Amino acid sequence: MIGSRNSERIATAIFYLIALLVSVLLAALIGYILYQGLSVINWHFLTAAPLPYQAGGGIGPEIFNSLMLLVLTMALTVPLGLGVGIYLSEYAREGRITRAIRICIESLASMPSIVIGIFGLMLFVVIFKWGFSVISGVMALTALNLPVMTRLAEDAIKNVSPDLREASLALGATQWQTITDVVLVAAIPGLVTGIILSAGRVFGEAAALLYTAGTTTSALNFTDLNPLSNNSPFYLLRPAETLAVHIWQVNSEGLNPDATQIANGASAVLVIMVLIFNLVSRWAGNWLFSKKTGQ
Amino acid sequence: MINVELSNKIGKYTTFFCAILIITITMAIILVIAYKGLAIFTRDGVSLRNFFLTTKFNPDATPPEMGAATFIAGSVAVSLLALLFSAPFGIGLAIFMAEISRGWERKIMQPVIELFVGIPSVVYGWIGISVLVPFIRNNIGGMGFSLLAGGIVLAIMILPTIASVSTDSLRANPADIREGSLALGVTRWQTILMVMVPAAMPGILTSIVLALARAFGEALAVQMVIGNAIRMPTSLLAPMNTMTSIITMDMSGTVMGAVDNDVLWTLAFILLLISVVFILIIRTINRGRTAMR
Amino acid sequence: MFSSKRGLGLALSVVLAGSILLSGCASNSRTSPAPSTSGVSTSGVDFTVSGNITAAGSTALQPLVEQAATQFMQSDPNAKISVQGGGSGTGLAQIAQGSVDIGDSDLFAAAKLTAAQATGLVDHQVCVVGFTTVVNPNVTVDNLTTQQLQQIFTGKITNWSAVGGSNLPITIINRPTTSGTRATFKEYALGGLEEAQGIALTEDSSGAVAKAVSGTPGSISYLALSFASSNNTVKMVSLNGVAPTNANIISGQYPIWSYEHMYTKGDPQGMTKAFIDYMMSPAVAPLIQQLGYIVGSSMTVSRTS
Repeated sequence: MIGSRNSERIATAIFYLIALLVSVLLAALIGYILYQGLSVINWHFLTAAPLPYQAGGGIGPEIFNSLMLLVLTMALTVPLGLGVGIYLSEYAREGRITRAIRICIESLASMPSIVIGIFGLMLFVVIFKWGFSVISGVMALTALNLPVMTRLAEDAIKNVSPDLREASLALGATQWQTITDVVLVAAIPGLVTGIILSAGRVFGEAAALLYTAGTTTSALNFTDLNPLSNNSPFYLLRPAETLAVHIWQVNSEGLNPDATQIANGASAVLVIMVLIFNLVSRWAGNWLFSKKTGQ
Repeated sequence: MINVELSNKIGKYTTFFCAILIITITMAIILVIAYKGLAIFTRDGVSLRNFFLTTKFNPDATPPEMGAATFIAGSVAVSLLALLFSAPFGIGLAIFMAEISRGWERKIMQPVIELFVGIPSVVYGWIGISVLVPFIRNNIGGMGFSLLAGGIVLAIMILPTIASVSTDSLRANPADIREGSLALGVTRWQTILMVMVPAAMPGILTSIVLALARAFGEALAVQMVIGNAIRMPTSLLAPMNTMTSIITMDMSGTVMGAVDNDVLWTLAFILLLISVVFILIIRTINRGRTAMR
Repeated sequence: MFSSKRGLGLALSVVLAGSILLSGCASNSRTSPAPSTSGVSTSGVDFTVSGNITAAGSTALQPLVEQAATQFMQSDPNAKISVQGGGSGTGLAQIAQGSVDIGDSDLFAAAKLTAAQATGLVDHQVCVVGFTTVVNPNVTVDNLTTQQLQQIFTGKITNWSAVGGSNLPITIINRPTTSGTRATFKEYALGGLEEAQGIALTEDSSGAVAKAVSGTPGSISYLALSFASSNNTVKMVSLNGVAPTNANIISGQYPIWSYEHMYTKGDPQGMTKAFIDYMMSPAVAPLIQQLGYIVGSSMTVSRTS
């Protein structure tokens, strides 16, 4: 029987090994993606339109679509999520409606994204006749992101010190004034960090968008900025393949001779964007926190 | 300037409306999927036995063959395999971060886990197809597209879930049980094994269930590497199929209301039910826990 | 301080209102007649329309539609034509439901849709395409009989040595059942026999099949001639001694071919009409031949289903 001293050392070594292996795995994955992809990335690749059957296409419209869908989704889910978060942390009493809300949030959060995608296909693409479009994609992403945003808002608000709240009420502010001018303001660092982090997830989403925003995009004409014009990049009813979907599509349709390079380059761009989102969320959170608390 | 009392009321009702909206959205999605999911049995007349226990799947044939056993078995197989690969590493990593590391290691591992989560699933699928599948084909055998490839890709994807939730659970253990055990002369490793881990067991089990739920629901990364052959997952190196991948491949080619469309909704409904069951399991596991604090 | 939150709320209502407005315009803007002025070109195709249309479906037809669309958009800068794949089944299902403007298909609608689902679909046959058995270049077999094909695809023959090749296991690569290529191959090469289930890798599209076959030793699959003949990474196999060439199809000797259909829901209008007119016009004929398809009028045999 190994002495407990030795088993202690062996155990510690094993755990360090596990941590090391996981770190090495991550470094290898990211290293591989960047190594394969960075040689493909240049200004042309990042701005040109995809060429469907020739080599030399780019991912410009896809990047734009990813960003546009992200912004629109956030515009919808941040207010809604905040609303529910405020309700749950400030107004709700333990009861049937509150329990129902929590169950709904958990259910929505655990739904596979492909299921939300086909629901979007049925409702927005076919029944509403919006077709494969920006707006169908935004609706699907909203359903996906809403539970995340709600949890975020609720946690951020709950983390605000109750003293602040009580002080504000003691000074005669109404509950709503307290919420908007004191609690939410204090919750901003946590909110911003969480929003930017969840933006990274939305940016990389593909399964929900495959059958809502579509697997194709038209070349974008930035001289026409009118959202109601067919030609504009802001036209909400145009098909809008995003970067993540493009990686899947390029591999699945296999028409491009340089599909491998495109997928590598697009993966690298995606990973870099996620890295940027992660870093920015940390810095923004820290900066805002230090501004609020003067530390 | 809006009257302050009025804005108070508006605020209250607006947020209440948001809450109702989320209930409505969720219930709408669940009810519609349930309705469409049951259509194959109620409207199209496929028997339960036929659907769950037969393996021939050909909606185009006359009469349409609706055996979904291969997909269900495939999803179960690839998820359990992924769990087998990643649970030891995930829990080990959690123990490392919560019990063994001294601070600077945690500062490194925390972003590592966050980055793992951040990598989009298509990228995992792409690396799977460009690196893992050829590797398996050339060094292990088979076509490369296989249950093994799916299991490995999923294992990497669910690792951060297991690690982060287990870590939180271990760190939530009250410090005195550790101090007490060490004071009695128990070594650190024995303390971890016999005191800390059992105390955090609800959280660790929760992490495993969450990881399983994620594995069941993953669509694109899995579809890219498993080969999509409609057969039972009998061999580690042979191509197979899952519920999510058949939905991904066939959904756009079917018309709403047709039999071949209904069967895909039934699979989606099963996925939904599985995630609901997992939520219930998690709630059950954690019911005693909150009382303890 | 939270005017920015009200600003957010305002933005939200604008987005919602805009989308509701647009949903009303949705069905209109895709099928409403274009404001055509006087710029109708001499070939009868209207290059002045503006609009945003989506075509989806057959991956066998996709290269032709993509390239024709590119040419069309060069003549008409206000046109935006997006072309998706997904297979003939997708093309038919989505056009039947009205979620795309054009459904590309290797099959007649009746082959995949019920009469109820196919109501209102208008068929435009833009060309003809042949299909062939393809194998990995290192397979030494050049010809397969119908019976051999049947036995391979039903799993009764599993090694190339049984059909005159080297000792190499046969790896079948097939398409989903929604594929038009697969359905045509089943009808005319396998004599209607259903492929055995579960013995093959499934690939989503013609392009993916071409890549998979070229990279998998001992593999066999089926592919449109437009892919196989221009692609020297796969090897074509004759059927019953007849080589898979466009000439043999035109003369009627080689049976694995089908019309390439572009379906619209009702008679096409506006942007859709302009593009379909272009596809059916003589302007596209050189492109058809260059890409390996067959111009419909040169066929000496025909089919109605």
